[in-house]
Amino acid sequence: MILLDRVTKTYGKVATPSLDRISLHVEPKEFVIVVGQSGAGKTTLLRLLTREEKPTSGKIIVGGIDYDKLRDREIPLLRRKIGVVFQDFKLLPNRTVFENVAFALEIVGASSHEIHATVPKVLDIVNLRGKEKRMPAELSGGERQRVAIARAIVRQPKILIADEPTGNLDPKHAWDVIKVLEKINHYGTTVLLTTHNQEIVNKLKRRVVTIQHGQIVSDRAGAEYSI
Amino acid sequence: MNRKFITFSRILRTGTLNFFRNAWLSIAAVAVMIITLTIVLFSVITNAAFSNTVANITAKIDISVFLNDSAPQDRVNQLIANLHTLPNVQQVTYLSKDQALDQYKQQNAGNTQLLDAINQTDNPIPATIIVKPIDLNKIQDIENSINQQKYKPLIGQVSYNGDRKVAIDKIAHATDIVKRAGIVAVIVFAIISVLIIFNTIQMAIFNRRDELTIMRLLGASTWYIRGPFVVEAILYGIIAALVSVLLIHTLFVASSSALQATSLGLLDINYASTYFHSRFWELLTLQLTLGILIGAVSSVVATRRYLKFKTSK
Repeated sequence: MILLDRVTKTYGKVATPSLDRISLHVEPKEFVIVVGQSGAGKTTLLRLLTREEKPTSGKIIVGGIDYDKLRDREIPLLRRKIGVVFQDFKLLPNRTVFENVAFALEIVGASSHEIHATVPKVLDIVNLRGKEKRMPAELSGGERQRVAIARAIVRQPKILIADEPTGNLDPKHAWDVIKVLEKINHYGTTVLLTTHNQEIVNKLKRRVVTIQHGQIVSDRAGAEYSI
Repeated sequence: MNRKFITFSRILRTGTLNFFRNAWLSIAAVAVMIITLTIVLFSVITNAAFSNTVANITAKIDISVFLNDSAPQDRVNQLIANLHTLPNVQQVTYLSKDQALDQYKQQNAGNTQLLDAINQTDNPIPATIIVKPIDLNKIQDIENSINQQKYKPLIGQVSYNGDRKVAIDKIAHATDIVKRAGIVAVIVFAIISVLIIFNTIQMAIFNRRDELTIMRLLGASTWYIRGPFVVEAILYGIIAALVSVLLIHTLFVASSSALQATSLGLLDINYASTYFHSRFWELLTLQLTLGILIGAVSSVVATRRYLKFKTSK
């Protein structure tokens, strides 16, 4: 599903690369946790997958799309296949909760009928029923995070990338979010999660990839947090 | 329903919705556009009024060539034919001695003493050729043609002479400056407003650049992101154009009732008002075109930089 082959990313003319010859293979329906300290290169890895950045060298293939052959105008099509939950939510400030989630469907040209049928269901999954008309500024951090998750999963993507989705949440809400991710994974979506949260990693008992100084230092199934 | 149609109607709806949701930004942008478009419209009308004033002045100026009584008619006809061939001549009128006398009598109809005196003598008024120039600045051509050696014996006097000549030349110079200044002012105001409006829209979009990048990350296509911004800017343009026309209308209605005078210095308010109201639809179309075009182009250009994909490795 996700294949990285000796991917290196260097920003500007800095001597040490943010990612140094990373190779990673994620199977369909897998749940992979990427751990590492701040600045280890987790976010860079995700930005490469969403094609926000181009790798300095190496090959990336996601869902059968070879990024080297991807033309600019095909980038939106790629991004529509991947659901992303951003660390800073990236909600549209001028739109309601409902509209934020609906936006993901609007851009693929879904009909109003489809949107009105799908969005409430997804808001149910993230426990935001009744808050459809709120603006992002009126929500708590946890609620915003759940809107972001609802938006990422509403298109039922084959791949879901979540960048520190529990970073700003208290343990109870954090665990709610993780349960949503597990549920989605259970329905067949490949999940790539980055986190700092030791407790979550230990409880999940999934494949853990540890990044340090831009390199993968360990990659083990059913592992526990160890840095 | 067709997907393209759904997308298009969503772009229109989102643009309109954003216009109201960003009310303060919209009001600020529209206000700037109203001011600049009003200035452009005002300068267009003022320019037209000045041109009209200049045309009125020019129309009153002609050169009278007073002929000697002894001038043979065939030579006079030759002179008239010659004047007709000049490019700067609008009209040549020949008045025989009798016609010239009739005209003189008409012009002095109230002055009975003068008329009595004239009636008692032989016709003292010379036959006259009246030449109307097109461009006052090129009046020299006509003068040169009249002053040729071969016509000297025919001509007693030319009105374009001495003090009169100086006055005509001064008027010619002044009207020329007014005309040029008018055109330059219209162009300068138009350019300034384009720049100001462009800048305003660019700032409005700069304020919302995060929104653009978020949409980009979610996989929205270029036009799906840009469309609503263009719709919003076009709305600014339409509203500003309508209000600017309304403002100018109010200005003329108010000024014509409040001011007893029909003109302010060189500006003929009456003519400006008539011009505005007779060309109302043309001017409205001009304003709408200007507003919509600048709005649309500025928003396309301003969104471009936030929609680019990273190409550096």
